[in-house]
Parts: sequence; structure tokens; C-alpha cells
Amino acid sequence: MTESILQLKQLSFSFPDKKVLTDLNYDLKRGDFLSIVGENGVGKTTLMRLILQELKPTSGSLEFLPNRQAVPVGYVPQFRNIDVEYPLSIQDFVGLNFAKVGLPWLTAKERARVNEILHETKLYDIRRRPMGQASGGEKQKAYLAQALLDQPSLLILDESTASLDPVAKTELLDLVKQINENQQLTVIFVTHDIPLARRYADHYLFLTPGHYEAGNIAELTNEKVGAMNNA
Amino acid sequence: MLSYPFMQNAYMAGTLIAIISGIMGVFVIARNMSFLTHTLSEIGFAGAAFGIFMGWQPLNGMLLFTTVSSIGVGELGAKSSRRENSITAISALAIGLGILFLSLADSNASYATGILFGSVIGISRANVIQMMILSISVLVIVMVIYRYLKFDSFDPIGAQVKGLWTRTLSVVFLVLLAFSVSVAAQIVGSLLIFILLTLPAAAAKYFAHTVGMMISVAVAFSLIGVWLGLYLSYMTNWPVSFFIAVIEVIFYFSALIYQRMCQ
Repeated sequence: MTESILQLKQLSFSFPDKKVLTDLNYDLKRGDFLSIVGENGVGKTTLMRLILQELKPTSGSLEFLPNRQAVPVGYVPQFRNIDVEYPLSIQDFVGLNFAKVGLPWLTAKERARVNEILHETKLYDIRRRPMGQASGGEKQKAYLAQALLDQPSLLILDESTASLDPVAKTELLDLVKQINENQQLTVIFVTHDIPLARRYADHYLFLTPGHYEAGNIAELTNEKVGAMNNA
Repeated sequence: MLSYPFMQNAYMAGTLIAIISGIMGVFVIARNMSFLTHTLSEIGFAGAAFGIFMGWQPLNGMLLFTTVSSIGVGELGAKSSRRENSITAISALAIGLGILFLSLADSNASYATGILFGSVIGISRANVIQMMILSISVLVIVMVIYRYLKFDSFDPIGAQVKGLWTRTLSVVFLVLLAFSVSVAAQIVGSLLIFILLTLPAAAAKYFAHTVGMMISVAVAFSLIGVWLGLYLSYMTNWPVSFFIAVIEVIFYFSALIYQRMCQ
């Protein structure tokens, strides 16, 4: 049986004026591709912030297994504020994630790792392009590459495809799926786009105000989506 | 020209100033802190005047005021909506205090112009040594935390996601900036420090493809401005800050024209 890396047990969260998540249970297995879907305001971002430990549960628990240190998390937010005029190449941008005290420049080993990731994310040929001149799809790939740099076991894509055209969406998710399958990388893909979730995810977690449902992605039929949204 | 000790001192001090201004300037530009740098220079003026009033070296007064206020501003940083107005208020208070201290110190007008507009002849060997210690400290700290600073300055959201100690980093950066402002003020004067701490880096970003290259170009622009400015000032007896300002402004507008031509 595949091991669990993240368990949500009776997880609830409330802001002072609003209850967002109620008694959420989910057992995330290593190598799973989980899509979290639901309309705006149902708590998708709150759940991500709980996983990133920026927020603490109001009740219940959220536990990494065997422990938090054993599950490095890579997070790809939808937006970044990167000035178009900055002289930051894609390669430079990816290497930013080697942030530690010490030498100002990257060592040969670190540069090799950056190049490896650039090859893996198919950015190597355009590695010298400034981030400001990269297309939306290339930028998202660079965000992904930066998050993959320190070998996370869990990758969170937070609405990463929302502002992309259909071709760029497919390219990005094909890439993530490939890494998910080849390297047993666990993926949480937060999206509004249910057809896209159906195409790539193994499981789903559907959030609605005060309620949720989870299961195999094949069970996420149009009828179910309609019923959940009207419930 | 270099046979005169005061010119030797001025060139040594100027070189140090140009190097740290070029490096720090890159982060000032990336962190959108030009306005804050300007304010720190006004706080520096108040500090220098306070130093004179107390009978200290003006540089020590400057260091005290800029360091304390940079930590204060770092605390304000979390509430960015209030920050700009607060900075304006602090600025006004600083200039007012500077004028008060100068008048209480009963110093002559040339001392005040020295602080505000900088001076070449006022720099002693002891000043150079103190500036050297400060500059080397700034450089070493920047080198040690360079990767954090680069991440946080060029990709703040990424740095936050990574869980870097961005708040502490902001305060450390502001203290380094306070040191740089105090050092730079010795030659260009507190009114014109922001020239060296913003324009070379702002121009450099149009000529560079990487952050490392941006730093090199910014240091080069800043060195050319200071060296050439000192030379022209010596030859014409006009103020050095005038020449440095003109040279850096030329670099900046040339960079803008270059960028337009490339588009």
C-alpha cells in the first residue's frame, strides 16, 4: 500500500467573521495527483495556507508523515511581482532558490543542478532570456523549475494555469504529470478548470461552502459538479 | 593632483563610496526604495548636525540617526499603506531638527554647506580609515547574505513562499543602507547621496542581463562619476557633487535612450 504523506483529520478553519473549512478529512498518498476544485471563496487558498503552515487549524489536525521535515514542499503561486525591466534571466531566477548564507555565486554543483532542472522543464534553450520577456507559459515553467530545484516531495500548483492559453496549460501540466509519474512527486493542483483536472489528476477534492467531497477523478462527473454547486 | 594629501584622501574615500553605492544601489532599485534612501539622507543631515552640536564627528552623528531610524522604518514596513506618508513626516522632522542643531551649535555656514553638499577638502586620513572599516563591514555582510538579499529583492513572493526571514532581512538591509548613506554623504553631501545610491543602478539595469552584471555596471558607472567628478572639481574648483550629479544623470538618460533604441 502506498504511504501517506499528509493527513487532514477533522480539519476546520474559521476567520473571525467566517467559517471556511469544516471537518475536512483527507489522506494524501505519495505519488498522488490531487486536484482541489471549487468556486471562489470556498477555502482553496485557505487550505493551501494551512498546508504551508501560514495558518493554524481552528480545530482538527493537519499532519505530515513521518514528519514535516521529511516532506519538503514546493509551492508555485499564480502571480509573482517581477519587474519586466529587471535583468533577471530564467536561469538566474531558477537559481534564486539556492538561498543560503555563504558564497554569493552558485557553486559548480549548484549550477549543474540548475541546468538539470532547466533541461527537465524544457527551459534550457531559453535560459538566458530575461524573465520580463518570457511568455506566460515560460514564466509558469520557470516558477515550476524554481520550486523543483530543492527536490520537493509535495508540489502545490496554486491556480498556476489560470492565466495561460490552452496550449501553455497543456504544456505545463504534461510536464508536471511526467515528473509526477517518473519521480513519484505528489502534486496538489488547485484549479477552477474541471475538464483540466479530469485530464491530469488521479483524485479530486471538491470544496463547497461548508461541505466537501473527495474521490477518484473519474467520479467527478458533470452531474456531480452541478449537484455540488447547487447544494 | 594626487601629490596633495587631501586629493589622495578624496580619491580613496570616493572609490569606497562608489563601490558600496553601486552594489547597494542595485538592491535599492530592486526593492523600490529610492524614496526611502532620499529620506535617510535627510535623516543623515539631522544626525550630522546633531554630531556637530554635540561636538562629535558629523559621521558619528549621521550613523547614529540613520541606523536608529532605519530600524524604525523597517518596523513601519509591514504596513506599507501608511509607509509613504510616515516617511514624508519623518523627512520633515529630520530637516527641521537638522536646522535646529546647526543653529544651536552656532557653527558657521560653510560647515552646513559641507554637510549638505559634500566637500573634497574636508576628508582627513582618519575619516578615510573609518569609512574604510564601515565600507568593508557593509561589503562583507552583503556578500554573506547576498543570496537571501537577491531572492528577496528580485522575487519577494518566491522568497516569502520559501519561508525566508524576509522581515529581519528588510531591517538588516536598511541598517546596511544607513551605513552606506552615512559613508556616501562624506563626499557628495547628504542632499545628493541618492544620486550615487540610485542612478548608477537604475541606469545599469538597462545594460545588464544578470544581477551580477547589473552590479558590475552600476559600480563602474558610480566609479566613473566619482573619479571624473573629483578630477573636474580639482581642475575647475567647482563643487564635486555638481559634476557627479551631472555625470550620473547623463548615464541615466543615455541608458533610457539606449533602451528606447533597442525596442
